[in-house]
Amino acid sequence: MLEPGSAARILRRPAAKVCLGILIVVAAAAAIGPELFPESYREPGPLQYAPPSWQHPFGTDLNGRDVLYRVLLGARISLIVGLAGAAVSLFLGTAYGLIAGYCGGKVDNLMMRLVDIMYSVPRLIFILIFINAFDGHLRDFASRMDWPWLVSYSRIVILIITLGLIEWLTMARIVRGQVLALKERSFIHAARVLGQSHPKIVLRHLLPNILPIVIVYLTLTVPAVILDESFLSFLGLGIQPPQASWGSLLAEGAQSINPLKIYWWLLLFPAATMSATLLALNYLGDRLRDTLDPRR
Amino acid sequence: MLKLIIRRLPALIFVLFCVVTLTFFLVRLAPGGPFDRERKIPPAIEAQLLAKYELDGPLWQQFAGYIADVARGDLRLSTKYRNRSVNEILGQTLPVTFALGGIAFVLATIGGIWLGTFAAVRRDTAADRLAMGAALLGLSIPMFVIGPVLVLVFGLWLKWLPVGGWGSPAQIILPAITLALPFAAVIARLMRTSLLEVLNQDFVRTAKAKGLPDRTVVYKHALRVAILPVVTYLGPLAAHLLTGSIVVETVFNIPGAGGFFVHSILNRDGFLLGGVVIVYCALLIVFNLLVDASYALLDRRIRVDA
Repeated sequence: MLEPGSAARILRRPAAKVCLGILIVVAAAAAIGPELFPESYREPGPLQYAPPSWQHPFGTDLNGRDVLYRVLLGARISLIVGLAGAAVSLFLGTAYGLIAGYCGGKVDNLMMRLVDIMYSVPRLIFILIFINAFDGHLRDFASRMDWPWLVSYSRIVILIITLGLIEWLTMARIVRGQVLALKERSFIHAARVLGQSHPKIVLRHLLPNILPIVIVYLTLTVPAVILDESFLSFLGLGIQPPQASWGSLLAEGAQSINPLKIYWWLLLFPAATMSATLLALNYLGDRLRDTLDPRR
Repeated sequence: MLKLIIRRLPALIFVLFCVVTLTFFLVRLAPGGPFDRERKIPPAIEAQLLAKYELDGPLWQQFAGYIADVARGDLRLSTKYRNRSVNEILGQTLPVTFALGGIAFVLATIGGIWLGTFAAVRRDTAADRLAMGAALLGLSIPMFVIGPVLVLVFGLWLKWLPVGGWGSPAQIILPAITLALPFAAVIARLMRTSLLEVLNQDFVRTAKAKGLPDRTVVYKHALRVAILPVVTYLGPLAAHLLTGSIVVETVFNIPGAGGFFVHSILNRDGFLLGGVVIVYCALLIVFNLLVDASYALLDRRIRVDA
């Protein structure tokens, strides 16, 4: 279990401080950064493929848009999808793991076999098909219900749900393992002898005890979901223009590589921002996990 | 081993059936048909086309017909690439994907096991921290960043290797490395954790006490046991490699199945999409079975057929 103060102890390491700093800067820049730009930076401009300068620190792209502005907008979408997708997977994985572990026996066996099978199937491929099947329907539904916000964000909403749907497997396995161990502890037996109902035992006694480990794995799920989202967007099947995410920016950057003229800033800046964020999240998640499970 | 295969067979067929069903209906759910163009085609011609591709009649009839065809090994005609069958397209593109995936598989496994062992025997030294830092980096940088960066450095600046394409051995190097790197990192971390645990066990102490050299203790005794978690990961690894090859094929312009997969979604080419998904899943299921079987061979205490 996570002892009080162990999180603080991790943060005292210099590397962890750097990582936390990166995350705070990226999150703050994504949240308020785009609002600080003057109106002219938000629209396509006359400066095509301008290298980094004081006016445009990250340079400009094919349409003369400021790359820094685009990277920050992309960060916004990537972070939102990452956090919300991880939250979906958190609910699903925790519920699944709790039920499997608490029921035990045949139910547990069957549920975990299903998880094994899903591990070995190329899940992202199904998600691709799924997104393309339901995106149009969701948009139709939104326009019929007269929800303009959902019409423009239907792609993001569906990405969040579907990516959450594929990244819950590890969470379910871990929660189940914890529940199996906790279930035999005396305080759970006591609760059962006292005649408490099953839902009450699960929610009041088991859930609070597995919460720390769940939160630790959440830190590792966020970068996984961000990576998945950027994978889809890179292929042109995730976030659609004019919206941008790190993945779609990187796709533009990769396309601009040619032997004649190298627009390196289109690739370098989105790549650096994204990799630094993922690295920071993975590092912090790893350290937190080490304190929970010293074997690892 | 044969017993294991026979026992698993019904479940495997069931999973494949689910995969086919899911894909078939998901493609149908998507708005837009395979013959939608800018200009509306006359209804008579559309009916002809639908009949030719057996896309007319009630849905359940179409589905039953498709399942029967798939069971016979006929993946039907592509609706986008006129007059080419899905079998033919896959026959041309899958060898490319498998060659790339296979090389990356070997690279990732060997590289990962080596790096993990290297770090574990140097536990808590600077070398260990450097190796694990590199692994964390490899895990955090997506393939579609590694790929273009490698192209930029080795292809365009240093001009050592070709920037893309397929055919010559030199063209395989960059894509295979790109595809293998993130998974080598995962395996290295798994390997290090597992080896550290094994190195603390009694039989390792005994081997050391017998006066065996460190190399023999690690490579002959500890590694054989410590490798088991890596073997478990090989199944998911194959799935990740197939997914990842879609990106790598796009970045390096490789004529593999990945590009056809992406286009088949955009073109609503249901039969081509279904074909790719079926072949990928069948392959992975068989591969997982082999992994399970090899698991039993590596550790005699485990009985998978029980």
